[in-house]
Amino acid sequence: MKKIRFKQHSVMPGFGLTMGYTLFYLSLIVLIPLSALVFKTATLTWARFWEVTTSERVMASYRLTFGTALLGAVVNAFFGFIVAWCLVRYRFPGRRIMDALVDLPFALPTAVSGIALTAIYAPNGWVGEHLEKWNASGLRGSLEAWYAPVAGWVRGDNTGWSSYATGLVPPDLEIKAAYSQLGIIIAMTFIGLPFVVRTLQPAIQELEAELEDAAASLGADRWQTFRRVIMPVLFPALLTGFGLSFARAVGEYGSIVFISGNMPMKTEVTPLLIVAKLEEYDYAGATAIAVVMLVASFVILFAINLIQWWTGAHKRA
Amino acid sequence: MSIEISRISKTFGKFTALRDVSLLVPDGELVALLGPSGSGKTTLLRIISGLEQADEGSGAIKFHGNDVGGSAVGERGVGFVFQHYALFKHMTVFENIAFGLRVRPRATRPTNAKIADRVRELLRLIQLEGLEKRYPTQLSGGQRQRIALARALAVEPRVLLLDEPFGALDAQVRQELRRWLRRLHDEIHVTSVFVTHDQEEALEVADRIVVMNQGRIEQQGTPDEVFHQPANAFVMNFLGQVNLFHGRVEEGKADFGNVALSPAANTGGTGGQKASLFVRPHDLDIRKTPEEGKPAMPATVRRVQSAGPVVRVELEDALGRSIQVHLPHERHRLLKPVPGEGVFLVVKDARMFVDDFSI
Amino acid sequence: MAQAVPRRRATTPGGARARNTPAWVRWPLIGVSFGFVGLFLVMPMAAVFAEAFRKGVGVYMDSLRDPDALSAIWLTVLTAAITLPLNIVFGLSSAWLIARFRFAGRGLLITLIDLPFAVSPVISGLIFVLMFGLQGWIGPWLKGHDIQIIFAVPGVILATLFVTFPFVAREVLSLMQEQGDDQEQAALMLGASGWKTFWRVTLPNVKWAVLYGVILCNARAMGEFGAVSVVSGHVRGRTNTMPLQVEILYNEYNFVAAFAVASLLTLLALVTLVVKGVLEWRLAGEAQDAEESTKGITA
Repeated sequence: MKKIRFKQHSVMPGFGLTMGYTLFYLSLIVLIPLSALVFKTATLTWARFWEVTTSERVMASYRLTFGTALLGAVVNAFFGFIVAWCLVRYRFPGRRIMDALVDLPFALPTAVSGIALTAIYAPNGWVGEHLEKWNASGLRGSLEAWYAPVAGWVRGDNTGWSSYATGLVPPDLEIKAAYSQLGIIIAMTFIGLPFVVRTLQPAIQELEAELEDAAASLGADRWQTFRRVIMPVLFPALLTGFGLSFARAVGEYGSIVFISGNMPMKTEVTPLLIVAKLEEYDYAGATAIAVVMLVASFVILFAINLIQWWTGAHKRA
Repeated sequence: MSIEISRISKTFGKFTALRDVSLLVPDGELVALLGPSGSGKTTLLRIISGLEQADEGSGAIKFHGNDVGGSAVGERGVGFVFQHYALFKHMTVFENIAFGLRVRPRATRPTNAKIADRVRELLRLIQLEGLEKRYPTQLSGGQRQRIALARALAVEPRVLLLDEPFGALDAQVRQELRRWLRRLHDEIHVTSVFVTHDQEEALEVADRIVVMNQGRIEQQGTPDEVFHQPANAFVMNFLGQVNLFHGRVEEGKADFGNVALSPAANTGGTGGQKASLFVRPHDLDIRKTPEEGKPAMPATVRRVQSAGPVVRVELEDALGRSIQVHLPHERHRLLKPVPGEGVFLVVKDARMFVDDFSI
Repeated sequence: MAQAVPRRRATTPGGARARNTPAWVRWPLIGVSFGFVGLFLVMPMAAVFAEAFRKGVGVYMDSLRDPDALSAIWLTVLTAAITLPLNIVFGLSSAWLIARFRFAGRGLLITLIDLPFAVSPVISGLIFVLMFGLQGWIGPWLKGHDIQIIFAVPGVILATLFVTFPFVAREVLSLMQEQGDDQEQAALMLGASGWKTFWRVTLPNVKWAVLYGVILCNARAMGEFGAVSVVSGHVRGRTNTMPLQVEILYNEYNFVAAFAVASLLTLLALVTLVVKGVLEWRLAGEAQDAEESTKGITA
C-alpha cells in the first residue's frame, strides 16, 4: 500500500515555514486583491459585460493597442536582431556601453521615458521640428507621387486592418510623431527593445560557429547561410522576444499617456481607457475591460511558453 | 561499526530503484557498491546516509544493531563524500573542514584551538598541509576530493560513505587517489562504503564488492570471489571483457556450435534451454595446428595489437563472429600471428550460464 | 513563464568570428545599431537633462527644493524602504520552497510568482482600488474605522509590493536551482541545523542574486507609475511619488520642474544599469563555478 503524498520526502528542513510564509504573503498581496477583480466582474450580467467590452470606443482602443503593439514589436524584432547580432558577434568601440544601455527602458521609470519621448517628438522637439520642416517642404509632393500606389493600397475601401493602417499613414502623408499613433508606436518600441535583444543574445551566442563554417564549406554564400542555417536556429528566440515585447507593449501605460494625446477613438490605448473609466467612477466598466486585457495577456504569454516548450522539446529530440 | 540492511525497497514514482535489498557491511571494512548507472547503487548509499528514505514498511537499516531509520541525517554519525565534492565555495579549506565542528551546539562545541588542531591533523592525514587559506576554486579536482574527505572525517563519523569518489577526476589522478584511499582506510579503519561503476576501481580498492543490477544485488563477496566465481552472466560480463557465445543445452550436454569445449560448464541444464558461454580473452590460447584428440576451433587472425601489457589479437571464426584473445608477450613472440593467418583456438577456461535473464 | 527582466548573461563575443565578416557587412550593421540605440535610447535620456537645465542650474535646484518635490522624494524612498525588506524575505522563502522541495501545486506557485509581469500596471492598481475602495468589499468597513488605504500611502505601498514582489524571488530561485542542494546536504550531514545551514551555506551562496534582485526591485519600486497612479489619488505633498510628481508638473506645463524631478529618476536608472552590470559579471562567475563543480575537472 502506498500513500499518495502531498510532498515528496526531503531531508531539507523548513518546508512548513517557507510554505506557510510564501502562501501568506502571496494571499495578502496577490490572491485576495485579484479575487476582488473576479467578484467585481461577477456583479455584471453577461449582457452588460458584453456591451461594455465591445462598445465602439473600447473596440477602437483594442484595435489601436494591439495594432500599434504589433508594429512596435515588428520594428523591435528587426532592429533588435541587428543590435543583438552586433553585440554578440562584433567587437567595436562603445560595445559595452551599448550593451548596458539596452536595459535602459527597463531601468528608466515609464513616466520619465514618456515625457522624454514626447519632448523629442513634439513639433518643437529635436526630431519633431525636422518632421515639421519636412512636412512644410515641397519634398512631400514628390514623395507622395512615389508613395501613391502603396498609400492607395493601404487606404483601400474595406474596413478593419487597412482602415486602421490609413490612420498610420495619413493620405496627405503629413508625418506627426507626438500626439499621434506613430508616437504610440515609438513609445512601445522603446519599452519593448530589451526583450528582443536579451532573448536573442544567448541564442546567437550558442549558435555554433562550426555550423556556418560547414555551410560555407558546402558552397553556401553568405545570404544562403543566413537564411537557411542561421535564421531557422534563431527564429524561436526571435519569436519569443517578439512576443514578450508585444505583451509588454499591450499593457503599457506610463510612457504612452504623455505622447499619445489620448483622443478617444483615435489615440486612446486600452490601459488609458481603463484609467479614464476609473476617473469617471465607472468601476464596473473599468473592471470589465481589465478582465479582457488580462485574458489577452495570458493568451500571449501562453503562446510564448508554448514556443519555448516546443523549441525545448525540439532541442532534446 | 557494522551496517546491516534488511529487505529495503525504494521506488521513485513508477521507477523501482531498489527491490528487496539486504546487505551486511562488517565493521571496519571497505565495501564497493558496483553496478551500471540505474542499478540502484547510489540510491542505496543515500538511504544508508539518511539523505533518502526507503519505502515505508520495507525493512530496516541498523548501525551496530541499532535501528537508525528514524534518525535525521545529522544524527547518524555518517560522513558523506559527494560525487562533486559539494565543498562550501565561499569558505576557505580550513573553514570547510572545521564546519562540522563549528556548527555543533555550544555545549559540545570544541574550543577554537581544539578545532584548529583537529583541522591541522586532518590536513596532515590527507597530505595537504599549507593549503588551509585557499578557496575550493583554487584547488585541483584531486585536492578538492581530499578536502571533501577530510571535512567528512572531521566529525569522527562512525561510517564513511563515498558517492563515486573518483568519478569527476581524470585517469591518472584517479589511479593515484585510489591507492591513497586504500592506504588511508588501512590507517583509520572506519567502516566505509563507496559507489562506483568502474570494476577496476572496485577490484583494486575494496575488501568486499557488492555487484548491483536493476535494483537487485547480483553477488557479494571478495574481489577474488566475484572475479573468479561470478554468480551469473551479468556479473561475469560486468567484471571485465568476455567473449560471448550463444548455444543450447541438450540432455546435460552443451552445444555451442563449433566452439570446442573440453571440460566445461558450471551449470547443468535439462532440455533445449538456451545457454550462454563466457570466455575471458586471457582464457583463450592460439595454436598453429590442432592438437591430436583435443577440440580446437578454427579462426582467422584479423588484427594484432602488441602495444600494452598484453597482446590483443582480434580473430574471426567460421561463422563470422569476432573473438578477442589476450596473449602474454612471451607467447606472442613464440607464435607471431599475422593478419589473415588461419589458426586454432583453445579454450582454457570458460563459464556457461543457462539463460534465465537477458543482459 | 515569460521573463520580466531579461538577464544579460556573460557576453564573451566570438571575437574570432568577427574576422570572417567582411567590413562591408559589419560596419553598416554596427552603424544601424548605433543609429537605432542613439535615436531610441540615448536621445530620450539626453533630452531629460537638456530640458531640466533649460533655464539654468538655479531654476533646476529650486525645482528640486520645492516642498512638494521633496515630499515626493521622501515618499518614494519610504516606499522602497518598506518594499525591499519584505520582498527579500519573501524572495528567500519562496525560492527555498520551490528550489528545495517537490510538492503538489509547485508549478502553479511558480506561475503565480510571475503573474505581475503579465498584468498591465493599470490593472495592478485597479485590483487594489476594487478591494479597498469605497465601493469595494472592505471599503465601507475601513471608512467606518477611519482607515484609509486607497488614495493614501498604504495603497501606494501595496500596489508597489504587487508589481515588485517577483524580482528577488526569481533571481534567487534561478541561482538556487542552478547550484543544486549538494552543499546544503553536506552541511546537514555534518550536523548543522536548518537555520545554520541557511545562514552559513545558502545565504552566502546566493547573496549576489539577492543583491541583483534588490537592484531590479528598487528600480521598479521607485519608478512604478501606472499602478501607483491608479491608487494614489495624486494628493500633492502627501501621496505623490516622484513619477507622479513628474506627471503633475508636466501636465501643468511646468516642464523644467517636471524634467528636474525626472533627471533624478534618470540618474537612478543609470546607477541601476551600472550596478546591474557589475552584478551580472559576479553572477556569471557564480554560475560558472556551479557548472565547473558539476562537470569534470582535470587536476
